Amino acid sequence: MSKELIRLRDLCMAYDDELVLDHLNLYINDKEFLTLLGPSGCGKSTTLRIIGGFTAPLSGDVLFDGVRINDVPPYKRQINTVFQKYALFPHLNVFENVAFGLRMQRRPDPSDPKRKTKLPEEEIRQRVLEMLEAVSLKGFENRRTDALSGGQQQRVAIARALVNRPKVLLLDEPLGALDLKLRKDMQIELKRIQQQVGITFIYVTHDQEEALTMSDTIVVMDKGTIQQIGTPEDIYNEPKNAFVADFIGESNIIDGVMVQDKLVQMYGRQFPCLDGGFSENEPVDVVIRPEDIDIVPVEQGQLTGTVTNVTFKGMQYDIIVDFRGFKWLIQTTDHSPVGARIGIKIDPDGIHVMKKSRYSGLYGDYSSFSDEYDELDTVEPEEGGDEA
Amino acid sequence: MKPKLSRFAIPYVIWMALFVVAPIVLVVVYAFSNDLGGFTLENFSKMGTYAVVFGRSFKLALIATLICLVIGYPVSYMMSREGERFQRAAMVLIMLPMWINFLLRTYSWMSILENNGLLNQVFQKTGLLSLYNSLFGTSLEYFPMMNTQGAVVLGMVYNYLPFMILPIYSVIVKLDGSLVEAARDLGADGVNVFRRVILPLSLPGVLSGITMVFVPSVSTFAISKMLGGGTDLLLGDLIEQQFLGGAYNPQLGAAISLVMMVIVVVCMVVMNRFGEGEEQAVIL
Repeated sequence: MSKELIRLRDLCMAYDDELVLDHLNLYINDKEFLTLLGPSGCGKSTTLRIIGGFTAPLSGDVLFDGVRINDVPPYKRQINTVFQKYALFPHLNVFENVAFGLRMQRRPDPSDPKRKTKLPEEEIRQRVLEMLEAVSLKGFENRRTDALSGGQQQRVAIARALVNRPKVLLLDEPLGALDLKLRKDMQIELKRIQQQVGITFIYVTHDQEEALTMSDTIVVMDKGTIQQIGTPEDIYNEPKNAFVADFIGESNIIDGVMVQDKLVQMYGRQFPCLDGGFSENEPVDVVIRPEDIDIVPVEQGQLTGTVTNVTFKGMQYDIIVDFRGFKWLIQTTDHSPVGARIGIKIDPDGIHVMKKSRYSGLYGDYSSFSDEYDELDTVEPEEGGDEA
Repeated sequence: MKPKLSRFAIPYVIWMALFVVAPIVLVVVYAFSNDLGGFTLENFSKMGTYAVVFGRSFKLALIATLICLVIGYPVSYMMSREGERFQRAAMVLIMLPMWINFLLRTYSWMSILENNGLLNQVFQKTGLLSLYNSLFGTSLEYFPMMNTQGAVVLGMVYNYLPFMILPIYSVIVKLDGSLVEAARDLGADGVNVFRRVILPLSLPGVLSGITMVFVPSVSTFAISKMLGGGTDLLLGDLIEQQFLGGAYNPQLGAAISLVMMVIVVVCMVVMNRFGEGEEQAVIL
């Protein structure tokens, strides 16, 4: 559909002998909203900094429009960045913060093309005001930046980057400091702005929900390598390994054996599924999303288990069910009391079979589930605080 | 509601009253009285004769402050860009001379600058002196460096340079690195990053550095006495003479101190205004 704009070829990066990026390969299309998603320390921010030109990779190439830009300093790249803590200039007001990039620009003088001139003041003024209006900050020109709320500072940072009409906008966890409500609003706002200006956004976050909401493409990373690249739907519905399945949404991940194409065995029972392409009797990881499980009377169930915990979540109940020592999470609108024996049924399209990986056996059991569920809900430590 | 003074503030209040407020009040009272204790403005009307001393003091202090700034800013800036260990080591080296007694330090400059002192010996041994003599047709046996205004300025710069470096350094080192990255991201090259971000943001440090060098320089008497030979009188010497020297006249001394204090305060206020204006100027 659209053409390739950025290509990262075989990038390696290490800090103090610790490998942060391990032979990373990635291409990014023009006008695409791409999210680098992963836990802290996965290398996503480093990747962004390499694209922005703030960090040089140990080895590998960065290509922009087919041209290698490894040695091009940041101020010569057609790329602008929205920094994690905005990095607004405290000595400048809102107008001058946004105008900063324009004041740095030089272009050939129309009367004497050999000479370079500054942009005319009138043009700077017009473009800054336009941009401030685009981010709903009209009338804030003369405010000091420290007199703005977090959300407003955020929008100044976006305006300051976009006013230069870059081909790519890099965003490094820009919503991390905002409260939940504002974050949700800004997610929609960012997506709107991206579609309006029609340029590539590369967005770094550890928040899977943010990634699912805004992205055209999600790149899931861990330990400096890419785990999976795909659309939000792909990533959620067809996770490639236990890490992705666990990181994106809630999942029960069960050891299984692929008996044959479209038939997987768990707990000694065979379940029809839609996956194939495995060798006969290959051990696999099976992912079952909590919302894909139906609770049925015991006699109709494919499996039977005991309810050990129920949490009311508003839209649904989170029910923990013990199946022979392995605890599953089920999300359902039907209430089942603690201690009840229930049966479950899973449709073939609710079962996702994955090859075994180094992440097998690490995730997907809800045994640690307890009354403190809310605290354990978000496994990534960075996330917990804001949402509680 | 009136904010109540905390019990713990009392020692400070007493301290400030005794050692800050009371001396200033005394200076003011002395400045406006004659030797019998009556009110007079005579002390100020006599001061015109000392205009030269005022001028010389402010000129030398200004030169010393400028030199400190020209040396101190680049040093602070480069220091802040080095590794943490280098910064710590450099800091110790800058502070080290301040652990040695002020007079001792100045005395050692005397023996360096003397006519047969260290520097002149070096000039003689290396042939620099004879080279100078043959170039300019002079027959100097040494370079006269002691008892010059240059030596006084040197003494001021040497003694007060750390007070320029420290405040500037501490502002620059705390500067958020992401601001520099943001500026580079927005198209600023090295020069522009410095001019438009680092310099305006380090201005508070520069202003306090200037204050901390200028004020002691303008009022110093030991340096001018030791390195200037007491020939070119400075304000500090003048005041000292009124209190301790032959020209005993504490009332006049107090009046000179007062005028000097007022001029310094006015300078500082104007400069701070200018500093805020500078920030504005960068905005505009």
